[in-house]
Amino acid sequence: MAANPRDVPLTSRRGFLQAAGAASAAALTIGFEWRLSGRRAMAAGAIPATGDTNFVPNAFVRIGGDDSVTIIAKHLEMGQGSYTGIATVLAEELDANWANVRVESAPADAKRYANLAFGMQGTGGSSAMANSWNQLREAGAKARAVLLAAAAQQWQVPVTDLRVEHGVIHSPDGRHATFGALVATAATLPVPETVVLKDPAQFKLIGQTIPRVDAVAKSNGTAQFTIDFALPGMLVALLQRPPLFGATVKSLDASAAQAIPGVVQVVQVPAGVAVIATGFWAAKRGRDALQVQWDDTQAEKRSSAAIVAEYRDLADRPAASARKDGDALKAIAGATKKIAATYEFPYLAHAPMEPLDAVVKLSSDHCEIWAGDQFQTIDQANAARAAGLEPAQVSIHTLYAGGSFGRRANFYSDYIVEAVSIAKAHGAGVPIKLQWTREDDIHGGLYRPLYVHKLEAGLDEHGALAGWRHVIVGQSIMGGTPFAAMVKNGIDPTSVEGAANLPYAVPNVQVDLATTKTGVPVLWWRVVGSSHTAFAVESFMDEVAHAAGKDPYEFRRSLLERESRMRAVLDLAAEKSGWSTAPLPPGKGRGIAVAEAFNTYVAQVAEVTVGADGKVRVDRVVCAVDCGTPINPDIITAQMEGGIGFGLGAILYGEISLQDGHVEQNNFDSYRVLRMNEMPKVEVHIVASALPPTGVGEPGVAPIGPAVANAVFAATGKRVQTLPFTKGGFA
Amino acid sequence: MPTSFVLNGKPTHLDADPTMPLLWAVRELAGLTGTKFGCGVAQCGACTVHLEGQPIRSCVTPLAAVAGKHITTIEGLHGKPAKAVQAAWVKLQVPQCGYCQSGQIMSATALLAKNAAPTDADIDAAMSGNICRCGTYGRIRAAIHAAAATLEA
Repeated sequence: MAANPRDVPLTSRRGFLQAAGAASAAALTIGFEWRLSGRRAMAAGAIPATGDTNFVPNAFVRIGGDDSVTIIAKHLEMGQGSYTGIATVLAEELDANWANVRVESAPADAKRYANLAFGMQGTGGSSAMANSWNQLREAGAKARAVLLAAAAQQWQVPVTDLRVEHGVIHSPDGRHATFGALVATAATLPVPETVVLKDPAQFKLIGQTIPRVDAVAKSNGTAQFTIDFALPGMLVALLQRPPLFGATVKSLDASAAQAIPGVVQVVQVPAGVAVIATGFWAAKRGRDALQVQWDDTQAEKRSSAAIVAEYRDLADRPAASARKDGDALKAIAGATKKIAATYEFPYLAHAPMEPLDAVVKLSSDHCEIWAGDQFQTIDQANAARAAGLEPAQVSIHTLYAGGSFGRRANFYSDYIVEAVSIAKAHGAGVPIKLQWTREDDIHGGLYRPLYVHKLEAGLDEHGALAGWRHVIVGQSIMGGTPFAAMVKNGIDPTSVEGAANLPYAVPNVQVDLATTKTGVPVLWWRVVGSSHTAFAVESFMDEVAHAAGKDPYEFRRSLLERESRMRAVLDLAAEKSGWSTAPLPPGKGRGIAVAEAFNTYVAQVAEVTVGADGKVRVDRVVCAVDCGTPINPDIITAQMEGGIGFGLGAILYGEISLQDGHVEQNNFDSYRVLRMNEMPKVEVHIVASALPPTGVGEPGVAPIGPAVANAVFAATGKRVQTLPFTKGGFA
Repeated sequence: MPTSFVLNGKPTHLDADPTMPLLWAVRELAGLTGTKFGCGVAQCGACTVHLEGQPIRSCVTPLAAVAGKHITTIEGLHGKPAKAVQAAWVKLQVPQCGYCQSGQIMSATALLAKNAAPTDADIDAAMSGNICRCGTYGRIRAAIHAAAATLEA
């Protein structure tokens, strides 16, 4: 299976050697930092150096004498298809032979590999393709220009006479050369400052369904995740964290733990007590045997019910203004018909399938990290602080991540810092793998915040929407973090996105935010603000439409005249679902919702069956998406399908609840997620577009909750206003 | 006391705590990392392997319980149903993050080995113990049907 270089596990060292054996070793000797350090750690001289030249025109591509085209991905591959998308865009402008393309993860180096949307290296906000679109196209086009110049020089023909096809340059006189045959000359030529990009009409790869570069390795068990990565002599650590957020170690008796065979050391670190052992099982048994007394004087001890009650109270008090058009309070007060609703959203865990883990090798002057790393620049800085080193002394090897959904993109680098602090406490320079358990993950905080939303609207005597008031109450994700500068006038944009930018044409709009503090650490979760705002806005808009006696699709449509892209996806989803043409029998219902997130527009129509027991079964979801230029239609489709499954599990079942500060869920038995028998049939329709591409990893999550809740209303006349659905007996 | 069993066709002797879950014995002692840890309590199916051809959750199976038995992991999958399943997984582009897919493929292969033409209800019954947080369930279902079709042909 490894005959095709795309089929080897891309970030695996073992795959690396297989590739080296299969292809020329020449392409493997280039001086990208992570490779060099990786080789040092493995076995000095394992890959023989050769005199062959590689052509490395920029930080994103390396062309080998063996014709290999290695594309350097600055973004984490966590399932969203970034490696395939990145390779497609660069290979397109390069006119590479796709069969020779392979992908390698970039080292941590913000100078070369910053996310241009963040100003630092990291993946998130569905920005991978959007921020690198021009960068990758230019990188590919410049490499192509130099290869053409090399051929022109070798053959003494005008460059304009040459053409490139599938990694081969052709001259009108019949001479031709593969990229590999030109690398020696190309490496001596200057890279142009500017280059003309392709006319999209000439695209051969972009817009096509290119198979994912990781599909084979992820279907035969060879894809290498952090949990699979091992170094000689490596030890495994599990960390006992406090049972309450904010508690600290009061006293420790490690004697029983140390008596467990295989336990090497018990160390106290800022985050808790770590058991270091020869393997996972010994570390787990050792951790189970720890006797720790905790000081919980500073800990969060409230229950979710108390937090919700506080938030409901705050929703009626003055708050910071996120948007004010006209006078919504007056318009609602004077309305012919008034509508009001309050929505409750629980804390949610991300629960990626791979429990968090990191491997750290720490010496006096270097900290080397292997992880499914999503925030390289921040992780580098936090790891350096924990290790007592400079960021430049920290190198990061980004491996495949077994999911993230936002969890690995955190300002605190919690799992990385834990691993570094354990390696430091161990002190012997032995590589350490920190492994979280599922319970660690469910209890581990950095949840999607709990929110309460209160909405009010007023209809005038003609049934027109005259005023809209929306109050959001919840914790800030970015306040107090390195992103705190994004919080302005008391408004964390991630708390109000999807609400303050209400797209509907309403003359009087007021959106307010009350930012709260609790001891529960919070973080963004797939589609961030729209994971709750879309539910509140689109459920409430449905209520307003029904109050106005209008069809919920037509009512939305009438308010989106100036939002052509949003209206187009709404129309497409309605049309493909048979919204106006195919009524459903009793007991079934259809609901519609639309949202914009990260400049991508998604509308969904959900069809549900509500059983005699009141339980909801989602039968079918029709999804329309406009993400600008579709780079890979099948990956877009997959991300919509996946976003729907992820979002559906959360709205039906997902909840992290606190009882006296203790998280009540432990594992997938109590933190319920969507399973095979609960997955609806999904149909995805992609809007044709020539606009620059936007992201697809997150936006598909936004409309599914309200689409389903609105379908439940259509079937039963009952509104779901408290999530998850299980709380109201709907699931 | 070493535990002896047959791992992917090879007689294997592991000198380890007999209460150690098979998952960790296979991953850390036998060095086969295709089988994944997802929950440790038989709730997610990421650790699914075959014991005498039947799917089991290796995270709750003590090493001692497999003494003398045949264990197959993703690395040792062979035979027509397995090849059909893996080919369908690639053809239908099932994996996203990929972490759960070894377990999904082990469950799907065991299903097809005993039921060459599973219905949607059969798939629900056989596969609902395998969680995929990326939401690839629709493609898993389609891939199982596609694999069944190639076995029939």
